Amino acid sequence: MRITNRKPSRPTAFLLGLIPFLGVLIAYAVASHTRRLENPADKLLPSLADMGAAFMRMAFEADRRSGNYLLWLDTWDSLWRLGSGMLISTAIALILGISIGFVAHVRSGLAPFVATFSLIPPITILPILFIIFGLGEVSKIMLIVIGTAPVMVRGVSQAVMDIPREMIIKAETLGASVWQMVTRVVLPQTLPQLITALRLGLVPAWIFLVSAEAIASTSGLGYRIFLVRRYLAMDVILPYVAWITLLAFIIDRLLRLLSKRAFPWHHLKGDSL
Amino acid sequence: MLRTFTKAICLAAALTFTVSPPAATAAEKTEFKVCWSIYVGWMPWGYLQDSGIMKKWADKYGIDVEIVQINDYVESINQYTAGAYDGCSMTNMDALSIPAGGGVDTTALIVGDYSNGNDGIILKDKGKLQEIKGQNVNLVELSVSHYLLARALDSVGMSERDVIVVNTSDADMIAAYSTSDVTSVVTWNPLLSEIEAQKNATKVFDSAGIPGEIIDVMMVNTETLAANPSFGKALTGAWYEVAALMASDSPEGKAARTAMAEASGTDLAGYDAQLATTEMFYKPADAVAFNQSKELPQTMKFVAEFLFDKGILGEGAPSPEFVGVAFPDGSVYGDPNNVKLRFDSTYMQMAADGAL
Repeated sequence: MRITNRKPSRPTAFLLGLIPFLGVLIAYAVASHTRRLENPADKLLPSLADMGAAFMRMAFEADRRSGNYLLWLDTWDSLWRLGSGMLISTAIALILGISIGFVAHVRSGLAPFVATFSLIPPITILPILFIIFGLGEVSKIMLIVIGTAPVMVRGVSQAVMDIPREMIIKAETLGASVWQMVTRVVLPQTLPQLITALRLGLVPAWIFLVSAEAIASTSGLGYRIFLVRRYLAMDVILPYVAWITLLAFIIDRLLRLLSKRAFPWHHLKGDSL
Repeated sequence: MLRTFTKAICLAAALTFTVSPPAATAAEKTEFKVCWSIYVGWMPWGYLQDSGIMKKWADKYGIDVEIVQINDYVESINQYTAGAYDGCSMTNMDALSIPAGGGVDTTALIVGDYSNGNDGIILKDKGKLQEIKGQNVNLVELSVSHYLLARALDSVGMSERDVIVVNTSDADMIAAYSTSDVTSVVTWNPLLSEIEAQKNATKVFDSAGIPGEIIDVMMVNTETLAANPSFGKALTGAWYEVAALMASDSPEGKAARTAMAEASGTDLAGYDAQLATTEMFYKPADAVAFNQSKELPQTMKFVAEFLFDKGILGEGAPSPEFVGVAFPDGSVYGDPNNVKLRFDSTYMQMAADGAL
């Protein structure tokens, strides 16, 4: 049988998925060991045990100065910013996306602007954001919104435009008003796409969150990473990076699960990533 | 299966090779690399490379020295600590926390200057340091600005508990100051003079209040220096040739300062203004005298205590004395069995004696 026709069993698939992770881990351990032979206090590639200890310290020991449990404080603050930003972005994407995708006049008016706006690298206009929104939470959340909303709007409006014209005509024949078409035809077809847009938007959202926290902050995962970078504390940075990756992975999986549970009709066509 | 496995091997190989330390750092060699970043007292390093003076001195000792400018200060120290460079310009405080705290034995080869007003605290619409109480203070956390704030608060009987420190990137400091929620900043030149020029800004404290505590030094790897004295000689010789040139009022001296001014994005007048708040050791004898002064061990004690208090003196550091600092007279602050930072006048003395 050709390789393209063979499917791995579940345990094999799991093991195959594990191999690259193990490979990276082993490569890291070897490189770290080599450097530490030369200088036992090497900061660039700390041992796995050192990183574990640093992670436990950040998570379960109160900070000497503030008495806070830093990892949880940082995680909570970052997730709050990320959540607020993505909530606003999702709302904008839904409302603008449906308007642009469903109403030709709105499309003519807004689509070129949104397309242009989505191409501005948000970091470059940061000083303007500071002056408008101040240095506090608002400018951080706005950076996430500006970085993710335009692309999500484009994704959702495309999804609306992809709805077969026949369905709209059928609804009109049955006497549906514009509002009814939006709520009964467009929304059910678009919501799963909105979740896809949200999942894709989360990737740049994390980047913008970390950048915003690096610039002016008193807490957050990005803040901590850029702070301890000042003394090359990779034993704190690497576990934080792993932690961010894990959080992002869990959020992504939860959204996929939500999509599968809430919109089973969208997932009838077989496997998705 | 095959592809995944190959990928893993390739990744492993790539990671192992790129991050392995350069083999045999301590061995005798003929090619050296040092790095620096933009700061008023370090502009001569760029000039050394561009003017060919470094090459002249390197040739004299039969070696090759490349001076590389790195745009990000912290990154340049990290690169040095990771072993990519043999030397790097940094402050005494960062030398203790990053390379020395990270186990890289480091020697202060050339003590170039100390900040004498180049770092300062600015309040908006307020005129006295005491009024900083309860404010948000924007600064680059864990930097010399943070140290300056701690020393300033100390001088008026306050502590960091009396303010809220907000970590702010130096690149965004000027934009941050122009927003209404920022009321006080601590930063360094040229940002400091830029912010001070705004009409509601008052400088309430600067590094002239703690003279000689923020020191700018060319730090080199101790083992590399021990195995290659010609590296130290070439670097020191070239540095003091340019220093003498800078200090002179001759047309050549002006031309050199103008070139440095342009490289740092200002003009001669602007650069001279920055030099005025920098106590440059143009003469090697002055640097030697400073290096051997009684105040230096006291300063390093303050710095070590500050770093320990902030928890950045290295993992598991039980006390500020965890990392040893050796001084020219042979005395040691901290653990004599873990000396990782050495102030050594040997090469500067050679320059003073004209023995290079």
